[in-house]
Amino acid sequence: MNAFRIALAYARRRPLATVFNVALLAVGVATITLVILLSRELEQRLAREATGIDLVVGAKGSPLQLVLAGIYHADVPPGNVPLAAVEELSRHPLVRQVIPLALGDSYRGFRIVGTEHAFVAHYGADLAQGRSWVAPMEAVLGSDVARASGLGVGAAFTGSHGLADGGGDHGAAPYRVVGVLAPTGRVIDRLVLTGIASVWNVHEHHDAAEERDHDARGDRGASPAGTAELPPPPREVTLALVTYKSPVAAASLPRAINAETVLQAASPAYESARLFTIFGVGTDVVRGFALLLIGASAFGLFVALAQALDERRYDLAIMRVLGARPGTVAAVLLLESVLLAATGLVLGLALAHGLAAAVGTWLPAAAPLAAGARTWQPEEWGVVALALGAGIIATLVPAWRAYRLDVAATLADG
Amino acid sequence: MFVLTGIEHRYGAATVLRIDAWRAAAGEHWLLAGPSGSGKTTLLHVLAGLTTPTAGSVVVGGTDLGTLGGGARDRWRGRTIGLVPQRLHLVGALDVRDNLRLAQYLAGVPDDVGRVQELLAAVGVDHLARRYPRELSQGQAQRVAIARAVVNRPAVLLADEPTANLDDVHAASALELLRAQAIAGGAALVVASHDARVRPLLPHVYTLPPRHPAADDRGTGA
Repeated sequence: MNAFRIALAYARRRPLATVFNVALLAVGVATITLVILLSRELEQRLAREATGIDLVVGAKGSPLQLVLAGIYHADVPPGNVPLAAVEELSRHPLVRQVIPLALGDSYRGFRIVGTEHAFVAHYGADLAQGRSWVAPMEAVLGSDVARASGLGVGAAFTGSHGLADGGGDHGAAPYRVVGVLAPTGRVIDRLVLTGIASVWNVHEHHDAAEERDHDARGDRGASPAGTAELPPPPREVTLALVTYKSPVAAASLPRAINAETVLQAASPAYESARLFTIFGVGTDVVRGFALLLIGASAFGLFVALAQALDERRYDLAIMRVLGARPGTVAAVLLLESVLLAATGLVLGLALAHGLAAAVGTWLPAAAPLAAGARTWQPEEWGVVALALGAGIIATLVPAWRAYRLDVAATLADG
Repeated sequence: MFVLTGIEHRYGAATVLRIDAWRAAAGEHWLLAGPSGSGKTTLLHVLAGLTTPTAGSVVVGGTDLGTLGGGARDRWRGRTIGLVPQRLHLVGALDVRDNLRLAQYLAGVPDDVGRVQELLAAVGVDHLARRYPRELSQGQAQRVAIARAVVNRPAVLLADEPTANLDDVHAASALELLRAQAIAGGAALVVASHDARVRPLLPHVYTLPPRHPAADDRGTGA
C-alpha cells in the first residue's frame, strides 16, 4: 500500500469522470503540441531553405511571391527579367555570387529549373548517379523526383508548360537524364535541374512550333523557313539568388536594386519571417483553443474532486484516525489529480507526435513536416508544465479542505 | 494504560465533558456508559488524541498527549490507538485486504500481508479479502473494521456503539470479537455504549452523567 495505489484506487472508483477528464486534457495537450511540432518544423524548414541566400532578385511585383518562387519553389514567379540585368548585378562590388534561375516548366508537377552548377553546390547536393548536365537538354533529377518518377540515368522525358502538372506538352524537346542527386532534405530534392540554355531551347521550339501552327492556319503562304528568320528573343531568366560579399551590402544593395534597375530585390529572411507571422495568427487561434480545452479539463478535475470530497471526507477522517498527517491526506488528493493530469499529458503528447508523423497521409502537402514528429521541441516542456500545473491548481482547494478537515466532528456526524 | 485527570471540554459556553479522574490499566476491559449525548464519542476522541480537551491531562501508554504536536500525534495514534467508529468507515475504494494494509501504511508500519491475512482469518472474514466494502453485510463490515483497528497491535482499542443496530446474537459476537482481539494484543478495551446488553459482558464500567438539555449537542456521541 502506498499513496500512489490509494490515488489510483480512487481514480478507478469513478471511471467515467476519470476517463472524461483525462481525454479532455489529452485532446488539449495533443492540439497544442501538434501546433508546436508542425509550426516549429515549418519555421525551421523555411529558415533552412533560405540559408545562404541573402537576396532573391526578379521581376517587379510581390517580394513574398519572389521568395516563394525562388527559395521554396512554391508559387509562380512574377515574370522574367533580362539576363543582362542579372549579369550586371553579378559584377557589383558588394555581390559575391549570383545564381540565375529560369523557371516555367515542370515534369509531373516537379519544377524544371534552368540554372548553373553553382545551384547544386549551394544546396550541397552530391550526385548519387551519373554526372552533371553539360549540353542543352541534359537533366539532373533531385532524389524525390527520381524516386517518384522512376526515371534513371539515360531515360528521356518531356516537360510540360507551366509549373503544375497538366500544362501543354513540350513533346518536340525531350530531356535526357544524365544524373540523379542524393537526398538533401531540402527543396532541391523535388527539382529537375538543367542548364539555362535548355529552358531557352525548349521555349524556342515551343514558340517556333506555335508560329508554324499559326502560319498554317493563316495560310498566308509564309515561307517554310520563316521561323528561322525571326530575330532571336532576348535572353531572359526568371530570377536569381544573390549572396553578399559582406553584410554591409544588406544596408544599401536591396534599395539600390529596387530603385535603379528593372529588378526587384526580396530578402528571404525577412519575407519568410513575414510569412510565418501570417501563419502565426492561425496557430495562435488554435493554441488559444487548446488552452481552453486544458482549462476545461482542469475545471473538470476540480469539480470531480470537489464533489468526491463530500463523500470522501469520511475516508479522509478515517485515514487521519489510522495515523495519516493532514499533509498526507492532502497529498493523496494532489497525487490523484497529478496522476490523471500526467496520464492525459502522456496520451496527448503521444497523440500529437503520432498525428504529426501521419500528417502526410491526409495532408500530402504537409508531408515534409512529418519530420517534426521525431523532434522534441523545448516548448513542449511548457506543455508539460501547463498540464501538470492545471492538475495541481485544480486540487488546491480540495486539498486545502482535506488538510483542514476536523476529524472528530466528521466522525461524530457520520 | 491511560490516565485522565481533570478533563473538561467545552464548545463555546457549553461544557460537554467533565471527568475528574479515570484510570485504566493495561488489558482491562471497560464499558463507557451513559445516555445518548452524554459525551461518550467525545471522550473516545479525547483518548484517541483526535480532540484536545479544553482543560486537563490525557496520558495514554505513558505519553502525555499534551506534549505531542500535530504530526507526531497522528503518527502516535496510528500505532497506539485502534478505533472502531460507530459507522465503521471502511474505505470504499479499497478492498478488504487493502483497508487493513492502508492502516499499516498510514501508521508507518511495514506492509505485512501475512499479518493482514492472519487477522482476517481470526475475525472470520479471510474469504472476503478481495471484496469491496459495498459487497459486505453489516456484520462482515464490522469484523473488517475491528481487524483494521487492531492490525497495528494498538495499546488501546476503542469501539463506539459496536452493538447498535445488531440483534442479540450479532451483538454478543461483536463484543466477543472485540474482547478476543483486545486479549490477543494485550490492549486495554473501551467500549462506548448505551446498550444494556453490553453491560454484563464487560467487567469495568465508567459512567458519564447525562448532560443538561440546554447544552450544545455538537460533537457528542449518539
